[in-house]
Amino acid sequence: MNIPPSTGAALEVRGLVKTFAPGLPPALDHLTTSFHAGTITGLVGPDGAGKTTLLRTLAGLLQPTEGSVRVLDMDPFTQGDFLRDQVGYMPQKFGLYEDLSVLENLVLYADLRNVTGEDRERSFKQMLAFTDLARFTDRLAGKLSGGMKQKLGLACTLLGSPRVLLLDEPGVGVDPISRRELWRMVRGLASEGLTILWSTAYLDEAELCDDVRLMNKGNIIASGTPKELMDQMRGRCLHVANLKAQRREVLRKALHDPEVVDGVIQGANVRVVIREVGRFPDLAAMEAGPDAVLVEVDPRLEDAFISRLGGVHGGDSALAAVTKPVELPASIDPEAVIEARGLTKRFGEFTATDHVSFKVSKGEIFGLLGPNGAGKSTTFKMKCGLLKPTEGQALVMGLDLKFSPSEARQRLGYMAQKFSLYLGLTVEQNLVFFSGIYGLDGQQQKEKIHELVEAFGLRPFLQTKTVDLALGFKQRLALACAVMHEPQILFLDEPTSGVDPVTRREFWTHINGLAQKGVTIMVTTHFMDEAEYCDRIALIYRGKRIAMGTPDDLKGMVVTPDCSNPTMEDAFIELVLRADREREAKVSQ
Amino acid sequence: MNLSPSLRRLLALCRKESYQIVRDPSSILVAFILPVVFLFVMGYAINLDADHVRIGVLREDAGPAAVRFEQVLSASKAFEVHSGPSREALVKQMARGNLRGVVVIPNDFSIRMAQGQGKASLQVLADGSEPNTAAFVGNYVQGAWESWQQSLARDQGRTQPPGLEVRTRSWFNPSAISRNFLVPGSISVVMTIIGALLTSLVVAREWERGTMEALLATPVTRTELLVSKIIPYYGLGMIAMVICMLVAVFVMGMPFRGSLFVLFGVSTLFLGSTLGLGLFLSTVMRSQFNAALAALTAGFLPALMLSGFVFEISSMPMPIRVITRFISARYLSSSLQTLFQVGNLGSVQGYASIWLIALTVFWIGLTALKTRRTLD
Repeated sequence: MNIPPSTGAALEVRGLVKTFAPGLPPALDHLTTSFHAGTITGLVGPDGAGKTTLLRTLAGLLQPTEGSVRVLDMDPFTQGDFLRDQVGYMPQKFGLYEDLSVLENLVLYADLRNVTGEDRERSFKQMLAFTDLARFTDRLAGKLSGGMKQKLGLACTLLGSPRVLLLDEPGVGVDPISRRELWRMVRGLASEGLTILWSTAYLDEAELCDDVRLMNKGNIIASGTPKELMDQMRGRCLHVANLKAQRREVLRKALHDPEVVDGVIQGANVRVVIREVGRFPDLAAMEAGPDAVLVEVDPRLEDAFISRLGGVHGGDSALAAVTKPVELPASIDPEAVIEARGLTKRFGEFTATDHVSFKVSKGEIFGLLGPNGAGKSTTFKMKCGLLKPTEGQALVMGLDLKFSPSEARQRLGYMAQKFSLYLGLTVEQNLVFFSGIYGLDGQQQKEKIHELVEAFGLRPFLQTKTVDLALGFKQRLALACAVMHEPQILFLDEPTSGVDPVTRREFWTHINGLAQKGVTIMVTTHFMDEAEYCDRIALIYRGKRIAMGTPDDLKGMVVTPDCSNPTMEDAFIELVLRADREREAKVSQ
Repeated sequence: MNLSPSLRRLLALCRKESYQIVRDPSSILVAFILPVVFLFVMGYAINLDADHVRIGVLREDAGPAAVRFEQVLSASKAFEVHSGPSREALVKQMARGNLRGVVVIPNDFSIRMAQGQGKASLQVLADGSEPNTAAFVGNYVQGAWESWQQSLARDQGRTQPPGLEVRTRSWFNPSAISRNFLVPGSISVVMTIIGALLTSLVVAREWERGTMEALLATPVTRTELLVSKIIPYYGLGMIAMVICMLVAVFVMGMPFRGSLFVLFGVSTLFLGSTLGLGLFLSTVMRSQFNAALAALTAGFLPALMLSGFVFEISSMPMPIRVITRFISARYLSSSLQTLFQVGNLGSVQGYASIWLIALTVFWIGLTALKTRRTLD
């Protein structure tokens, strides 16, 4: 056998091409890189970037179309039999049997990996302590929380002491708290000399890795340590602070500045990334107000990613341009376009939403944030009339959704998770269908569709089957379908999961534009940076609203001497832990 | 225990599969409850013997021959005879669905009978909305007529009445109990459901839930994977077979004249081929929904329609008859029929075994061919 000389890298990929079907763009396109022992390397990129394909190829589950892959100096595809003891691979969804208990899952994988006798005793003890699952050995895996599943999945992968660990999006469906715990576990493993690959769509998660590969469209667009990548951006990241004007308007104008390559809202400030160090944008053109100043801030990995992708240009939403300003009837309180009054939902013994109240005013972007299973989706579904509250009222423009659901629904647009489009229909057929169910017909329907097709740049894809659209375009189409009837209120349920940051920016440009036209927007999200776009956030945990306020308010609640400038994620974690402590204190009293 | 790694993996997978079977209420339902329900429905509720078909008789003739014939009809177990006053009244009854047919004995019946053989005629009106029953009525009346003629001929000392055409029909066999071929047939259908439907879901489920990916990343081999899917479901199938046999023999009173060994052998071969089919579908489809639909189409429906259970194979057109040779249920059905009623019959079970072995090799081989250790 012809083994090329070792380069010292644990995993080596050269010119890797993987094509699934002729005619489709390759999932991996001449990818070359290597990964070193004892490090955690983050594979970061949007859905469809090729992260999973790369991991599967390294695990020997896919045959490369072209190029070579070496794992511990072996070919994972032809020498898989030798490698399988050495490589632990945790697929998405963790690869657990939900109808087997925690212990049965462990025993199964121990048998499969030939971990027996004392070895087994020892590793089980170690794993159960490590994952803190010892109390739950008899519980069915399907009944575990997302975080516990993830830890059990990792434990099953670790049996047999592999030298290489391939983790496919271990952070998905897991709240930030569990994710931090898992991170500590994996960090410990890396220090023992394991080579760890961790794929993720979250750039903030990748900042914790030792090494990072930014992936897009089947290739690596940047590699290096997070620090290296972020340092390249040092001096280019600025806050526009002390704003007098509306921050959304400032952002819109800032994105028109030729020096600006990226811009987002962060708390009360607008955060921009500039093209070159020292060439500052024009504050006057932003009309940010007389006191506005530019403050340099620390770069983030996302800045590096966006600037590699060419940045974001123009802050104008073509959608907002064709949207008429919302005029509310005088009878409606503009402070309470959406209102929840003691909203409660019980499923049997379980209270999913527990007396949640809030008001959303006209043109406001209101976010529901919370860990998985906290009840934010339940709350959200009651707000748009998909679930009937057990107690309390869900009001939309003064209408109770319980009594006049169809009347209320005509005024609201809803974009569901995963977009709920008809994948077998063409783009045009979807547009015609959704405009039809909202009651548009004839000339009016034609005009509206034409307008939206132009606004979202869907013209070239009209005859494309929706299933074949790129994720970003699916998202545009879903938004187009949701605003077809010019709703005064827009509900967005995790609208940007899985799309790349550039597409996400573009999406928020539209949402900001709509809000400026007076459309009231309610959104659920688990992206912390997305929460920053919201005017106000309600943090939902164990069915209760544990905090509410502007993003800066929430951050302010957790300021301590140790942590003077908390991030949104810090605030989230601290507030949830605080709620836990309060609850425990109450129980122990 | 010192097991070889391979055997240990196989045992671990079988154990896992058994846990899943035991914990999944639907598999218990299909394996234990369904056979009993199905057997009872097939054995008792569905009855292809037409007993006590309600017919109306209009006798327009008061002659002795006409009266005799009406008595012949009334005495037959096949009919429940209602005499009517007029044709209109009886036809109205038939239109309402109260009667399946009407026999009109015309007013010249006795005269024509007296004139000689073949002169008399009857009118039989049958409710054609249910063609099977309509055919029964026609055939039964004709049969009753013929046997009456024969007995008349015997009474008159003639061995063979001249000019009388005798046609024997399988329908007209008062001692034939359809349960005797319905029960073996339904056992084959039940076993096909268990073999093909349950197994069609298992591999697809692993793909859907992402566990297959995790399994493939462990040292598990293709053979271990395949065998671990076959063994637990073979066990489940055999348990269902035992339940079926117990119900058939002890509850439904079927005779069992063959040997248990032959029964065991044929069932094993049958399960081999059916599990193979189910696994093949599951492996190719990778989604539970599609696999289940395919199993219904490729397993259950042919077992119901092409195994000779409901429709006689010999009366099917040639191309369909060829297709039935590839339906495992057909062989189980015929083997069981003989085992129940006749006993061991090498020509039947031997022939069936050869075909079942061929089908087992075919389906499992195809599955093995399609089972990959990769995700491509």
